[in-house]
Amino acid sequence: MTDVAERPATVPVTPAPARRETLLELRQLAVEYGRVRAVDGVDLDIGAGEIVGLAGESGCGKSTIANACMQILRPPARIAGGSVLFQGEDLTGKSNEELRKFRWRNVSMVFQSAMNALNPVMRVGDQFVDMMRAHQHVSRRRALAQAGYLLETVGIDKRRVRAYPHELSGGMRQRVIIAMALALQPELVILDEPTTALDVVVQREILQQIQEIQRELRFAVLFITHDLSLLLEIAHRIAIMYAGEIVESAPSAQLASHPLHPYTQGLLASFPPLRGPLERLTGIPGAPPDLADPPSGCRFHPRCPHCLPSQRDLYVRQTTERPRLREVEPGHLVACHLVEEGTA
Amino acid sequence: MTVAPLEVKGLTKQFAIGSALRRAHVHAVEDVSFELRPGTITALVGESGSGKSTVARLIARLHDPTGGAVLFEGSDVSRVRRRDDVLRYRSQVQMIFQDPFGSLNPVKTIRHHLERPLRIHHVVPRGEIRGRVNELLATVGLVPPEQVAAKYPYELSGGQRQRVAIARALAVEPKVVLADEPTSMLDVSIRIGILNLMLRLKEERQIAFLYVTHDLASARYLADDMLVMYAGQIVESGPVEDVLADPKHPYTRLLLEAVPDPGNRFRAGRVEQRKGGASAAVDPREGCRFVARCPIAVDVCSRVTPALVAIGGGRAARCHVTAPAERLEAVHAGR
Repeated sequence: MTDVAERPATVPVTPAPARRETLLELRQLAVEYGRVRAVDGVDLDIGAGEIVGLAGESGCGKSTIANACMQILRPPARIAGGSVLFQGEDLTGKSNEELRKFRWRNVSMVFQSAMNALNPVMRVGDQFVDMMRAHQHVSRRRALAQAGYLLETVGIDKRRVRAYPHELSGGMRQRVIIAMALALQPELVILDEPTTALDVVVQREILQQIQEIQRELRFAVLFITHDLSLLLEIAHRIAIMYAGEIVESAPSAQLASHPLHPYTQGLLASFPPLRGPLERLTGIPGAPPDLADPPSGCRFHPRCPHCLPSQRDLYVRQTTERPRLREVEPGHLVACHLVEEGTA
Repeated sequence: MTVAPLEVKGLTKQFAIGSALRRAHVHAVEDVSFELRPGTITALVGESGSGKSTVARLIARLHDPTGGAVLFEGSDVSRVRRRDDVLRYRSQVQMIFQDPFGSLNPVKTIRHHLERPLRIHHVVPRGEIRGRVNELLATVGLVPPEQVAAKYPYELSGGQRQRVAIARALAVEPKVVLADEPTSMLDVSIRIGILNLMLRLKEERQIAFLYVTHDLASARYLADDMLVMYAGQIVESGPVEDVLADPKHPYTRLLLEAVPDPGNRFRAGRVEQRKGGASAAVDPREGCRFVARCPIAVDVCSRVTPALVAIGGGRAARCHVTAPAERLEAVHAGR
């Protein structure tokens, strides 16, 4: 369709692990903030030990999905439909006490500004101890020793358990939080823009550490970011969100070499290359829609370069009918009328 | 060769930190020299705390420098105080900030934001102000201008607000525009639009841009020349393609390796580095400021501060190993 397919087909990504049991399943999940539907009918599977990337622009609903997975949505946000299944059990019906035990032990989460969540007047080690003793019977001494070990795994000297948060740099504090998220060996770790507030060199270090620990401990990761180029490196599979919906999902290498949705193509064409020939990029015209009043039909149609009144029949469908997410190749799903028509 | 409208010479800024008894100085900017030429975009890259924004703010006269000079068309403007002189300078040198949400007054219309500089700097006669506002909005791609002008900032998206900020900077017909991370708070899909707008303005209006960023890929896309800053000093400079194709300073190399880019050819394996960072600019000792993080450091690096050495092809680097000063003329000596 456009020239973005020229991206290198040989993207060096970690091969996805052989398909194992599904850990987390979102089924037709819908989340509303008052009358605004921020997430609208999302299906997403995360297998055990799999790194799944979720990319999209601000306001597309990707963080809302993270909060729904952890069941930490606060009013006015509420789940308006669908289910969140973890190892087959629906989380939406669970009591607060059940959820309290489930969080951190089964699923943990690191936020973008998580480094500011550390208690400033408490030593880092004591914050580990508090969290671990809230979830399991463990002596203070053992918990502290475990904290030291966890800090070492994220590249921080274990003696830093005695440090206060202000004695650590932003990147170190973020790593402390990542270490805490791994403390109870959860099956799934949700990383919501974990490195966005950090410098590129620090970001690189943290990503490398996450990848190394993940290879060793084999937990699943839901990695949420606006930075698609980062996901292409780290994720096994990537889902692209636009205006509350998943519009495309595919293995990372496939998505990079054969993006099918015009939005994915536009996103990929929004990152100037660091090497190779330099062409004038176009980005994507317009701006993401207001979800209080989403466009009719395909939500991307007002910005889509292939939505032209001259192609009458297609145009009518694009502007009135919502495309469904369909599997077009094994593991490659896309919601686009062009693909259905075979004109993509 | 056209004359550089703006030249920075030996620019230095120190901030005092700590208490009166334990005073320390952050050498935020130290001996920085470069020029901005018409129709040219110069990228200033580095990590946070490297001093890159301070350089832009010194040029914009938002700080007073500790030393050095900012020459505008040959005369030093870094210490002008008289209101008329400052106004005249500001009518030629404008700044665009990172945060398009914080740089517009929420209770004033877009028209108000664009009329103000036109009135203050007497750019056009009163009767032509309205027409000029519309022209400016059309130039930055905000159409229909009459409708956009009537709106308030909250009615616009982040990208549209940044376009208003650019239109405001253009209102006084500046020769120099300082853009401090103008796209870092915008969504990925609309960043390119802002970069393309800057490219067009560079070509059509021959504006000299300083583009401050931490994003090497956008610097490559936008800029002609590049300056790499580390802990207050310029550690490498030259034409952007040459610097990125063959970085001479180990810090430039580290930055390049760290950028998320599938198939990054600079990343053979794990990116390794030792600790350090902006703290190297606090009361710096003799020696290279990058030495604690440098993978190729030799004995001399911790003893002697390297000079920025010209290495041919319009390039310069500050490194004892890759750009030794012997036999080559130091850039400073040439000035």
